[in-house]
Amino acid sequence: MSDTLSCPVSGAAESLPEYPLQRAAECPLAPAPAVQELRAAKPITKVRIWNGSTPWLVTRHADQRTLLTDPRVSDDDLDPGFPYVNAHRAEIAPVTPRLITNTDAPEHTRLRRTVNGPFVVKRIEKARPAIQKIVDDLIDTMLDGPNPVDLLTALALPVPSLVIAELLGVPYKDHDFFQSSSSLVLDSTAPPEKAREVSGALSAYLDNLLGEKMTDPGEDVLSEMGGRVKAGEMTRTEAVHMGVAMLIAGHETTATMISLGTLALLQHPDQLAVVRETEDPKVIANAVDEVLRYLSIVQTGVRRVVKEDIEIGGVVIRAGEGIIFDLHAANWDPEAFPEADRLDVRRPARTHQAFGYGPHQCLGQNLARLELQVVYGTLYRRIPTLRLAAGIEELEFDHTGTTYGVHSLPVAW
Amino acid sequence: MRVELDEPKCVASGQCVMAAPEVFDQRDDDGVAILLDEHPVSELHDGVREAAAICPAAAIRLVEG
Repeated sequence: MSDTLSCPVSGAAESLPEYPLQRAAECPLAPAPAVQELRAAKPITKVRIWNGSTPWLVTRHADQRTLLTDPRVSDDDLDPGFPYVNAHRAEIAPVTPRLITNTDAPEHTRLRRTVNGPFVVKRIEKARPAIQKIVDDLIDTMLDGPNPVDLLTALALPVPSLVIAELLGVPYKDHDFFQSSSSLVLDSTAPPEKAREVSGALSAYLDNLLGEKMTDPGEDVLSEMGGRVKAGEMTRTEAVHMGVAMLIAGHETTATMISLGTLALLQHPDQLAVVRETEDPKVIANAVDEVLRYLSIVQTGVRRVVKEDIEIGGVVIRAGEGIIFDLHAANWDPEAFPEADRLDVRRPARTHQAFGYGPHQCLGQNLARLELQVVYGTLYRRIPTLRLAAGIEELEFDHTGTTYGVHSLPVAW
Repeated sequence: MRVELDEPKCVASGQCVMAAPEVFDQRDDDGVAILLDEHPVSELHDGVREAAAICPAAAIRLVEG
């Protein structure tokens, strides 16, 4: 099945488009038609965002790689030209400490190296048996429960909750609080005052937990950060903000890749069969990267501001101008991925930019890959008759959050 | 093939270790890449090329030949 053949044309290339661009209801897993048209016709072009400003939109895979590794392209969200995702982000920028999410090299490099330890590939890989147990137990419970069931509540949301709780050392009893808080903070339509209140509650909770871990450390990331605070390598505020960021960043994203990923595979039975029937972990790993590429769930784009004039692709991006990198557009760029609109779990997919690109590429990507490898490698084998228990046209998709998603995914077997 | 690692640019994403574990490793404490083999044998070249292609910091340079 090809999602794009019947997708409508928007005419976006003719005017100054409003960003984010709207997906077509009949092609819920494809990028917005307008973004595909812009990539072909005007790969570096101005768009209008929520506050009326007009940053550049970069849609080609190759241009994104060039710019996202260019030191003149900055993550400094105190720069007045920074193209904020929403009013809440604009409001909190001046009161947010400098973190890996808003600094450039060399400060960024220093900060990132203080938080990388838990995500070292070999260390993450050691969590595989624990993650496998979490997934096995949830599927056991799912098979003993009602049929059909909502895959989000049965599996997709609990997996990252349990995994991140275990990694950070957050007790699982608080997971309802975290799930609802993170979804509210990530919802760009939420009122700024509500988002601020919830961010504050999360920070206060983690600050308290960090304090406990500094007195009585365990084998977890908060304890490790507590040790770094005591050693003077990071401040307590930095540690708390990092904890909140890890929790939020790893939560809905992974859950969405489980729910939407399952939907995408159910829509492509031949591809699902490859995943279900393989004995080769490399095939599963590649399928995870291909589904990451195909879905590219971050839908508000990567945001940057330019510090010095940059000439690229026949345009000049001036110092002080914002840039938005649409990751879905790059990952469906036919120059990077032939027949990019086709989900093909055997294609070389590793150069996708679903986790972004450049020094700010997702810190948790190795953990996310591992969680998805365990879920994709287990769910469809254990429940080979898994099917959608609703028409795709009945599903409600989330068009407003930082990540795309589906509000519920009824499945049966 | 000669492999060069620009360590100050490394952001410790670990992508090189995933692509070519025989040639790259990471420091335990901060994840910064370690080059294990400057002149990898030809069977490892595809993995090393992938590592260079996916390094988000563009910190791996290959001198082919």
